[in-house]
Amino acid sequence: MTAAGPGAGRENHARWLIRGVAIPGEDEPGSRVTDILLGGGTITAIGSGLDHSGARVLDADGLIALPGLVDLHTHLREPGREDAETVETGTAAAALGGYTAVHAMANTDPVADTAGVVEQVWRLGRTAGHCDVQPVGAVTVGLAGARLAELGTMADSAARVRVFSDDGRCVSDPLLMRRALEYVKAFDGVIAQHAQDPRLTEGAQLNEGEMSARLGLAGWPAVAEEAIIARDCLLAAHVGSALHICHVSTAGSAEIIRWAKSKGWRVTAEVTPHHLLLTDEFAAAYDPVFKVNPPLRTEADVAELRRALADGTIDCVATDHAPHPAEAKETEWAEAAFGMTGLETALRVVHRAMVDTGLLDWHGVADRMSVRPARIGRLAGHGAPLAVGGPANLTLYDPAAPAEAVTPAGASKSRNTPFAGMELPGRVLATFLRGVPTVLDGKLA
Amino acid sequence: MKRHLISAADLSRADALLILDTAEELASLADRPIKKLPTLRGRTVVNLFYEDSTRTRISFEAAAKRLSADVINFSAKGSSVAKGESLKDTALTLEAMGADAVVIRHGASGAAHRLAGWVRGSVLNAGDGTHEHPTQALLDAFTIRRRLAGGVRGGGQPPRDRGVPGGRPPGLTPRGAGLDGIRVTIVGDVLHSRVARSNVLLLSTLGAEVTLAAPPTLLPLAVGSWPCTVSYDLDGELPKSDVVMMLRVQQERMTAAYFPSVREYSRRYGLDASRMARLPEHAIVMHPGPMNRGVEIAAEVADSVRSTIVEQVANGVTTRMAVLYLLLGGTEFPATELPAVAR
Repeated sequence: MTAAGPGAGRENHARWLIRGVAIPGEDEPGSRVTDILLGGGTITAIGSGLDHSGARVLDADGLIALPGLVDLHTHLREPGREDAETVETGTAAAALGGYTAVHAMANTDPVADTAGVVEQVWRLGRTAGHCDVQPVGAVTVGLAGARLAELGTMADSAARVRVFSDDGRCVSDPLLMRRALEYVKAFDGVIAQHAQDPRLTEGAQLNEGEMSARLGLAGWPAVAEEAIIARDCLLAAHVGSALHICHVSTAGSAEIIRWAKSKGWRVTAEVTPHHLLLTDEFAAAYDPVFKVNPPLRTEADVAELRRALADGTIDCVATDHAPHPAEAKETEWAEAAFGMTGLETALRVVHRAMVDTGLLDWHGVADRMSVRPARIGRLAGHGAPLAVGGPANLTLYDPAAPAEAVTPAGASKSRNTPFAGMELPGRVLATFLRGVPTVLDGKLA
Repeated sequence: MKRHLISAADLSRADALLILDTAEELASLADRPIKKLPTLRGRTVVNLFYEDSTRTRISFEAAAKRLSADVINFSAKGSSVAKGESLKDTALTLEAMGADAVVIRHGASGAAHRLAGWVRGSVLNAGDGTHEHPTQALLDAFTIRRRLAGGVRGGGQPPRDRGVPGGRPPGLTPRGAGLDGIRVTIVGDVLHSRVARSNVLLLSTLGAEVTLAAPPTLLPLAVGSWPCTVSYDLDGELPKSDVVMMLRVQQERMTAAYFPSVREYSRRYGLDASRMARLPEHAIVMHPGPMNRGVEIAAEVADSVRSTIVEQVANGVTTRMAVLYLLLGGTEFPATELPAVAR
């Protein structure tokens, strides 16, 4: 992806001086307040009194600079469901949320299971130019779970696919999962598993517990996720390959991943913003905006997921941004589609769930939302700490912005945010992709 | 009372007693040659039925008509629903027609909740998926109270020693009485039963001691958070039960491995004559219908003097009249003024 330029027509030679910004370091709260000079797509200087003749100046007093955020789990819906989202609208939403790269999930129509489809998505991303789009390839043909898709061909394509996932469905056949893990070793690939035992979740609607019992909604047991994660950790260890667990949602899952990591196995994991903040109690009025896969869990799960993200057991935050048109949610609960949007609110949710609670500092947020997801996605040019000579991908965030209620209207085509009306702190003010602003003053540049 | 009746949890003890007492007043109407009251004249009640349920629909229809409401029956079959119209669009249509109350039966849990967000009229939940069926619980409570709660006002003895099998003597209407201390055992497929959910909530609100008896597979995993006790052993519960309420068991549960066979289910949890003999003298047997004779209940039990099954149907009309009256007629009329209205 290093070769990918920002969108056609964007000026890449303008220099920018970001003045008086704080770069969160490991030794927080001693964030270094400094100036950052961007030029030619890289960070050319950091310090005070920089020679910035000819550069545009952005006064960043009170703001913090994070390496551009990287999402490992985005549904851009194109091709096939352009009524819900397009690469253009989805990446605009991503930029507004502070992202400079997103991984586009494979469950489009047609499925991204061939070099042709992943290259199409990759090119659409380059054209849109709001952020880099790294396609994820399907593990199995048509996500059907029966035979392997041409993983090597997708890896060798212009899209250089490294992450493979049947997300939305679980690769439940243990033999197929073993083979997939084994096969991608040849090109340093990783299998991102949507951990959901299909038999244990037939017709399932909501986390199996007090709420599902009270609401009369078919229960979605934690064990349906945990059993697959345990199995896949063992498989990854057996064949010596890399496994990534999508959207971890239960305390038990975190415990299994902690154990697998303690063995030195190559297992990584993500958690969504909504699983860090919301519980199944939100389903009480049967509003399907809270219907998601995996389901919202309990307060105890939320607490444990936060702890696991803080101690690094869970490597990163990934949005699982899943846009849906209004009619897919204005229905009975059982009829409604699974999923929530998340790109535009992710950083603010993490601010509330992790920073305000003292579990992570901003350096930690940069690590969990940029550095580690880029590393897991094998994404060159992203996730590098802000340093001279590094790529000028960065996000300017105002952590002191007063908490404001989330409005559902944004750049995404869809409005299915579970955070609508919820007061969240902070504000993304600017996003730079290879030195070019994609967002300025909180608006698309 | 709230504007809607969606869950039995919406009802406080006072609300529930008001409904039962109102139903008692209205019951006296059933014995008169002219059964109709003018109370809801000019009001429109829509029966919106997405599932076949002749008995519940007819019960609500009779209740609304006896209160002089205009009744529109909207069944999913042969309507625009069959053409794929969403519940929301149907709701907006009913709203435009000026429905004062919508009685909804739907296969999806929460459908009544959703509907209440889209219409201005009152929503009455007539059964939503595997969630609740609050008027069934009200009619069950009404039936139990008529049969067993008479002794409560007399004080002293627990109701199980004072019950009147085969019906209460005329003139002893238990107004104001709850179901305190009455022991109700609900048997069968609790997991999928909206009747069980509503009854657990309402009967416990009214002071009854509820026990659920079922195989563990047919109980919600989190049943421990409910206001009731749980037993896997029906035989152990029977001698302590004033009321046994049998739930319908659907045979297709067997294929989903909830139990090995209908025969085994029936052997362990079915109510036959020999099990009925373990009940106290005064105990009654209830079933919300429709029954699977020979599965959860034997014919000789269903047809016995202890069975209140037919009585439950009659009480259903009365109880639903009370609910419609209170939701639509307004709570500005205290129950004590009812006889005047009824006259």
